[in-house]
Amino acid sequence: MRFMHLPVTTLNGWGRYPITRGHEHRGEDLEAITAGAVLTRGLGRSYGDSSLPPPGNHLVAASSLADRFLAFDAETGVVRVEAGLSLQHLNDWSLPRGWFTRVTPGTQYVTIGGMVAADVHGKNHHVDGCFGEHVVALHMRVADGRIVACSDAHEADLFRATLGGMGLTGHILEVEFRLRQIPSPWLWVESERFPSIDRLVDGVKQSSATWPFTACWMDGLSHGTALGRGIVLRGRWAEPSAAPPWLPPRKRTVAVPFVLPNWFLNTPAVAAFNALYYWKHGERVHRGISHPATFFYPLDAVRDWNRAYGTRGFTQYQCVVPTSGAERSVQRFLEVMHLHGGLPFLCVLKDCGAEGKGMLSFPKPGITLALDFPMRGEHTQRLVDALNEAVIAQGGRIYLAKDALTRAEHYRAMEPRLDAWNSVRRKWDPAGTLRSAQSVRVLGDQP
Amino acid sequence: MKVVFLGATKGMGRALARLMAQRGDQLFLLGRNPDELQRSARDLEIRSGNRVGIASCDLLQPETFANALDQAASALNGFDTVVVTAGLFAAQEALEENALLRDALLTADFTNTIHFCEQARQRLLSTGGGTLCVFSSVAGERARKPVILYGAAKAGLSHYLEGLDHKFRAQGLCTVLVKPGFVKTGMTAGLPPPPFAGEPDAVARIILKAIDRGTPEVFVPPIWRWVMLVIRNLPRGVMRRIGF
Repeated sequence: MRFMHLPVTTLNGWGRYPITRGHEHRGEDLEAITAGAVLTRGLGRSYGDSSLPPPGNHLVAASSLADRFLAFDAETGVVRVEAGLSLQHLNDWSLPRGWFTRVTPGTQYVTIGGMVAADVHGKNHHVDGCFGEHVVALHMRVADGRIVACSDAHEADLFRATLGGMGLTGHILEVEFRLRQIPSPWLWVESERFPSIDRLVDGVKQSSATWPFTACWMDGLSHGTALGRGIVLRGRWAEPSAAPPWLPPRKRTVAVPFVLPNWFLNTPAVAAFNALYYWKHGERVHRGISHPATFFYPLDAVRDWNRAYGTRGFTQYQCVVPTSGAERSVQRFLEVMHLHGGLPFLCVLKDCGAEGKGMLSFPKPGITLALDFPMRGEHTQRLVDALNEAVIAQGGRIYLAKDALTRAEHYRAMEPRLDAWNSVRRKWDPAGTLRSAQSVRVLGDQP
Repeated sequence: MKVVFLGATKGMGRALARLMAQRGDQLFLLGRNPDELQRSARDLEIRSGNRVGIASCDLLQPETFANALDQAASALNGFDTVVVTAGLFAAQEALEENALLRDALLTADFTNTIHFCEQARQRLLSTGGGTLCVFSSVAGERARKPVILYGAAKAGLSHYLEGLDHKFRAQGLCTVLVKPGFVKTGMTAGLPPPPFAGEPDAVARIILKAIDRGTPEVFVPPIWRWVMLVIRNLPRGVMRRIGF
């Protein structure tokens, strides 16, 4: 009733594509705002349409005001929170106390509920798996309105379908998960550059054998023998003897104040930046102490950086391909991309560890590649189609939290687990009430 | 500070209580829903490491006020600051149609908030003074079509707080009148955010500074002072025509 006379408002994910009609129902009381809602969104940091309402329904519950700590056991490090608590607030609280989330994605502007829904992974996936591996229990509102507690021991099917289930199995109200005790709030970090894709993939794999945190930045615009050159970043929590005695200060951030013109990020400018960034690093290995925000969340330093892509927005394409022949696979991607004139402005590469318990979680053993493309309409659609065909051919899959353009038939072809997940989903939501713009597009839900 | 807080479970009150707890202020929460109070108290305890007590207090039941303040005084061993953010909000149309809702809102936001403040004022003055921080609204600055009844209650409340400042500041009672413009909380969730809408955390930081300094009147976000200056000076003919 309260929303009947609202003017038209729009919602979008972090990529600013697509932009759909929609309105957020914000509130501190998650049980109240999720009653009858088709979807809950957190901070809207998924890139595509995961957090957008289906075309026929404009209202989504927004959890970010439901942000209370509910319990903390300083013996075991198990914390229980309302699903809208942001990772930033969790970190601000936990770091000075000597604790840290066991898994963090590349931004701290996400909610804990969103971390469960996307079953996020981080630089330590090769040793610690996804966030879901460290979730102890969930409190959920399922489609028929009931509030259900689930865990490995209780309603385990719902629990496992919800980890990575993109919020489509029920509204996540409360999350109980394990933190890790850290020796200091600082990191000991090394970076090393590699001149080609083979050496880069090899470099990250070797680093992962001895380091808990690894990732690489890759120059996606380089060609020929320099194809896939990049920099491997690796780190571990610093021992107190090596770390500064003070707490990491809050990092200053700058904002992109408005949506920049579409030409602002262009290929020559980014190619020049990439080349400079690569050469500036130099041959030697850099070592030193790093601020946790600089190491885990480098892009958070620029608020609203998605505006730099202009009014047309951008999309991130993230896939994982199996380890055997991963170098070839990555090379193949770069070639498919260049063939279609797709030039990724940001490329991140990382090796993944074992598959976790989330029934639809993204990572599996292999190499994951994340590529940011400016949206250029049909052109970008054709590029994503071509990349998806390459992923299917190599037995890989894509990450729904980043996706805006994958076709339903492609997703089905790369996701043999879909039927098992769907059967659990249908058990808890026989009428198909819970859905998103993405589930209509990719999973074939009713609009 | 030793703070008695009516309305710390939601919105700006929640954000302000967290800032206070995190810097080591002792808090005691009053409110009408015991479950919610308990959850918010636990949240503040985890964030601060200090114990946070609760007692039941309902703006629609003035007979609960004295007991609640007694419990706070004994738990905190006396208090020096009282914050009141609680209040009701409803759309103008709903208030025009529903006499019961109208009565509840006017009673809670004006009459009973003043009853509560009177008791708090007497207790603060009896122990040598302190700070009384009350949330009114920019809706009380100029009569506007969408907030006539809510605005009238808040205008009355603002008037009362200003009077307390004039009369009792010399005796050590510091009143801080908070006038929020549009802040994105659960209360305003059904309304489209206008320009200059604020976030609860940023707003709470400004309010805490005002409490520390004893600023008698604070607009949050601060730009609303100038927005309201303009609106207060719009001619009647314009106010009749425009929709806000």
